[in-house]
Amino acid sequence: MTNFTFIVKDPMGLHARPAGLLAKEAAKYASKITLKKGDKSGDAKRIFNIMGLNVKTGDTIEVSVEGESEQEDKAALEAFIRENEAFE
Amino acid sequence: MKVYQGKSVYHGIAIGKIRILKKEKRNVVRSHVEDVEAEIRRKAAAVDESMQQLKQLYDKALQEVGESGAAIFDVHQMMLEDQDYQESIENMIRTQEVNAEYAVAVTSDNFAAMFEQMDDDYMKARAADVRDISERLISVLLEEKQDLDSKDDKEIVVAEDLSPSETVQMDKSRVQAFVTRFGSSNSHTAILARTMNIPALIGVDYTEDMDGKLAVVDGFQGIVIADPDEATLAGYRKKEAEEAEKRELLQTLKGKESVTKSGREIRLYANIGGISDLQAVMQNDAAGIGLFRSEFLYLEKSDYPTEDEQFQVYKSVAETMAGKKVIIRTLDIGADKQIGYFDLKKEENPAMGFRAIRICLKRPEIFKTQLRALYRASNYGNIAIMFPMIISVTEIRKIKEIVEEVKKELKEQGIPFKEVELGVMIETPAAVMVSEELAEEVDFFSIGTNDLTQYTLAIDRQNGELDEFYDSHHPAVLRMIRMVIENAHKKGIWAGICGELGADLTLTDTFLDMGIDELSVSPSCVLSIRKKIREHA
Repeated sequence: MTNFTFIVKDPMGLHARPAGLLAKEAAKYASKITLKKGDKSGDAKRIFNIMGLNVKTGDTIEVSVEGESEQEDKAALEAFIRENEAFE
Repeated sequence: MKVYQGKSVYHGIAIGKIRILKKEKRNVVRSHVEDVEAEIRRKAAAVDESMQQLKQLYDKALQEVGESGAAIFDVHQMMLEDQDYQESIENMIRTQEVNAEYAVAVTSDNFAAMFEQMDDDYMKARAADVRDISERLISVLLEEKQDLDSKDDKEIVVAEDLSPSETVQMDKSRVQAFVTRFGSSNSHTAILARTMNIPALIGVDYTEDMDGKLAVVDGFQGIVIADPDEATLAGYRKKEAEEAEKRELLQTLKGKESVTKSGREIRLYANIGGISDLQAVMQNDAAGIGLFRSEFLYLEKSDYPTEDEQFQVYKSVAETMAGKKVIIRTLDIGADKQIGYFDLKKEENPAMGFRAIRICLKRPEIFKTQLRALYRASNYGNIAIMFPMIISVTEIRKIKEIVEEVKKELKEQGIPFKEVELGVMIETPAAVMVSEELAEEVDFFSIGTNDLTQYTLAIDRQNGELDEFYDSHHPAVLRMIRMVIENAHKKGIWAGICGELGADLTLTDTFLDMGIDELSVSPSCVLSIRKKIREHA
């Protein structure tokens, strides 16, 4: 398993749109991808799971990637998140 | 004539015929199914069909209201395909041997409840999205046909609540306004109304008898007037035409530069009195904020606002403006703006009394708190500070000493800040006369024409009986403005106007001829001034 963190920059937090973007991207990878905010966690491939975390702007999210291709998947997902202005 | 009060979520005036959308209360019946796998296949086919519909709606919305308005249907597709949602439906069908419609209805309630329990208004409103996708799915399962197209020209759509799918399926060229009994300012109806630029009201306790009647929706006052009388209607027709003209201006002038024909760029900024005005600043495409009246921070409270409270507000304005200039005027109370906890003595002549910078210099602890908050916020954007009611060079030197103290303290505490431009408001005849000397001390001037006119003409603005003597275009005032601009330029600093005269379209050419560098006006005036600037030779 490998981890990284990012900060949500969208003023409205992880609302429907960015949550959807994230879910769509996460679905492309074979690894199991989990988002953690504090003691709550959710499956990054499921939009309702992500929205259920009720992520606000400025919150730090820990992402864990687990699976056979976790190194490649983590690199690609992290690059996607860093490029998107709603996140980092 | 009957008036209904509601809450406006988007401004504007609309006149049209009322059409009440009656949603048939669907009763989803629970029934037993023998072949659960066949029922799951039936559900899967309905999901495919719903996905197709959502794709079409996305394309329709994309054409009509653009990417941001269409995005919701992209999200709806993802919600519909969500594994938890689908698994919940399938599990119910399998374990309870129930029909798909019922399984969808129960799942919908459960997922909607999750959002309704959240502590965030935006997230709460997302329960409507869950219901919307579920309704669609049930409707496909029941093979229902939907008919939401308008029949008449110019309609005011009235409903209990509107889902995103309902709103986008309507014929936009006919819909003039949305009125709902429920809904929130975060609802898609509100968002769509903003994109479509049509008025929308929520919380209207309408009655069925208004259906089919001619009505006016006033999105400024949040009212619907059914069956308006002749005079009311005529008044609103005029307003509607004015609004339409403004909208046209908005379309053509948004994103354009405020440059004269000879190529001189004017800083066209907006005046604001609080964070809630920021939306209007963005909508009207101002290049920055030329006057942020910081008084509201003090007027809203029952005690002095703390440094942190102020810092948060300044920071958020600076961040929202994303690098554009934000000129914040330090506390300007006294005269007509009194605050209890300041404990100011009653004065015979408050307009000439203990106000604005005079309070700040006599009570430096209040002043320093504000300056510290401003300098801390400077790190998050492009902040400038200006001081009101200046009459002498001594005052500005004193202010700069205090500013230096504040900066020194921050540095010692390791708190980061940027250098900010400092300016004075020119609003007394004294400041005009010493403007050449003042210009050596600061980075810019902003002329406050309201007070400058009152002090120059010796006419109390609060006294209506003096109206016949009051001339806002008095040559004395105009000459003073010219003098201020000339003295500013002589010393290499810029000069602007942030008073009401700045928005006076009959004077724009005059000010441009004088060489004015900046005009700061209320957000709704920005685009008409831009038009005037672009027409100037």
